[in-house]
Amino acid sequence: MATPILTQDQSVTWQTAQLSMLERMLLIRHAESRLARVAKEVGLPGGVHLSIGQEATAVGICSQLEEDDWMTSTHRGHGHFLAKGGDVNAMFAEIWGKSSGICKGMGGSMHVADFSKGIIGANGIVGGGLAIATGAALAAQLDGNGRAAVCFFGDGAANQGVFMECLNVASIWNLPAIFVCENNGLSEFTVSSTVTAGKLSDRARAFDMPVSVVDGNDVRAIAQAARNAVERCRRSEGPSYIEASTYRIQGHLEAEDMILGGGTYRTNDEVERWRKDDRDPIARFRDCLNNEGVCDHTLFATMTADAEAAVEAAVAFAEQGDPADTKLAYALMGVGEEA
Amino acid sequence: MSRKRYTQAINEALHEEMERDPKTILFGEDVALAVFGDTRGLLDKFGPKRVRNTPICEATIAGMAVGAAAAGYRVIAHLLFSNFIYTGFDAIANQMAKLRLMTGGQIDLPITVLAVYGGGASQAAQHSDANHPVLMNLGGIDVLVPATPADAKGMLKTAIRSNRPSFFLEASGLGAVGGEVPDGEHLVPLGKASVARDGMDVTLISVGSMIRATQNAAKKLAEAGVDAEIIDVRSLVPLDERTIIKSVMKTGRTVIIDEARDMCSAASHIAAVIADKGFAGLRAPVRRVTVNNSSMPYAPNAEAAIFPNADDIVRAATSICQPETAA
Repeated sequence: MATPILTQDQSVTWQTAQLSMLERMLLIRHAESRLARVAKEVGLPGGVHLSIGQEATAVGICSQLEEDDWMTSTHRGHGHFLAKGGDVNAMFAEIWGKSSGICKGMGGSMHVADFSKGIIGANGIVGGGLAIATGAALAAQLDGNGRAAVCFFGDGAANQGVFMECLNVASIWNLPAIFVCENNGLSEFTVSSTVTAGKLSDRARAFDMPVSVVDGNDVRAIAQAARNAVERCRRSEGPSYIEASTYRIQGHLEAEDMILGGGTYRTNDEVERWRKDDRDPIARFRDCLNNEGVCDHTLFATMTADAEAAVEAAVAFAEQGDPADTKLAYALMGVGEEA
Repeated sequence: MSRKRYTQAINEALHEEMERDPKTILFGEDVALAVFGDTRGLLDKFGPKRVRNTPICEATIAGMAVGAAAAGYRVIAHLLFSNFIYTGFDAIANQMAKLRLMTGGQIDLPITVLAVYGGGASQAAQHSDANHPVLMNLGGIDVLVPATPADAKGMLKTAIRSNRPSFFLEASGLGAVGGEVPDGEHLVPLGKASVARDGMDVTLISVGSMIRATQNAAKKLAEAGVDAEIIDVRSLVPLDERTIIKSVMKTGRTVIIDEARDMCSAASHIAAVIADKGFAGLRAPVRRVTVNNSSMPYAPNAEAAIFPNADDIVRAATSICQPETAA
């Protein structure tokens, strides 16, 4: 993945980079909207946690990474997977529980990983990726080749003790780690402000690393913050913390209404406000590119149709896949190998 | 052969394996000074890049082991006492044990975790657990409990070279115990029990740290005319069922000695294996000598009352070696 140029020099390279970010955001949006529909109308084998409304953080950060940079993700990880170059067909087949899935149907939505793309994986444990990314950053430091290790996590995970442990280790060892907090204000079904003291960014500041708090629905702002952090990694200057304020449109997981039994943790008005074009990360980027003459309505419509077509192809790929191998779990766990 | 202490044998294995593969790294709590002596000299020899003192943060130590291993390194992590496994348990149970499965086998995790386990030295309840059963139950993690210096060295070397995550548990009571260790390259395969004493009348199955009490019990039994066979179960996962069953079929009588709390212990699992696969050979009920579901108290006399000893083993063996009780 080429590193895009962020300045508006209107060069072809710059324009291509902008369109590439928009293309990935559209793919994530349409893939997850489709998953929401399937979850509701047909059903999927397991739960899915969707990142609709948060596409800019995944794409902005990953736009500055190379394929061999490491990345750990969260339970809400489809966007990170696709933004880091993961294949939508293999991801859908995984969510459908098929043998053709990226993890052969052994992991599902919460564990999509592709090591050939540096994607160490999504994680079902809130905060579970923090120490793994820190370990990958240690490996990158030992390799000495300028690789970075990015850890996506949420404001919910920032209340896990391991968050502090990892900021500490990364800072004291000067590891090439980038901690990216996607602050959507929600910790599963609880409003984070009701369970969180102080500012999360102050926690990172306490560990003596550069902190940047950005508008999480502005893909360019995120990309710029990521570029600074990645360059620090390349130069062996140590870890960085980026906090992107954003909002999750969907529930913690699909069909959460059934689980909550009529209870709510937010109002419909609040959700609707974040859906509007002045806040939606894709609409904002679309309008911006339209004003700059990079992407007019026709091109946007074409890109949208392309994303939809790619998603429909992924659904077909997933549906046609063979069922998962029922003996694979034993083989992978080494069961039955003992004398 | 040369005579070495258990800890010294472990130290040698670490030196040799780090020498052998430059992608082998070691980090953990107090590894520089080496509280137990096992990691002594490694920092001086291999430098601060490959050998690192960590902060006291077991969750991160275990998680970093997963990340660094996933990113291509062969990792040795030291958690000091095995009680600290509990504070690092998310990364052990949810990540280390499961990542290979969850990713469809995309990666191996060559991780060896070191920790010292077991009681008997007034270390009190939070530094005395023999908690190998919680690890045995995870699946996907090898659990090793060597009982001799030779096995400690040979099994650790094999574990470090293995691409599966393993816990190498050092018995606290055996650290200063000496034994003959083969010179030169010495590898012991994992998943093989050893027959530490041949006998005909009763099989004493010793798990890790219990070897000395078991050997003392065998001597006492011999004086009473009972010829005990000792199986040293040095590897719990994988478990060498074949050697265990073979001995049970020979003697028909079995006592399993394990320092874990009794419920869901290694002993209770081995008893279940014997019930499944050795039932036809049994001439008496299978007995377990374990810790009776209590944590270790501090006071030496109170701990000794709970800690399995040779007399407990002799009593258990004698109870099933009387012909009239054999039904």
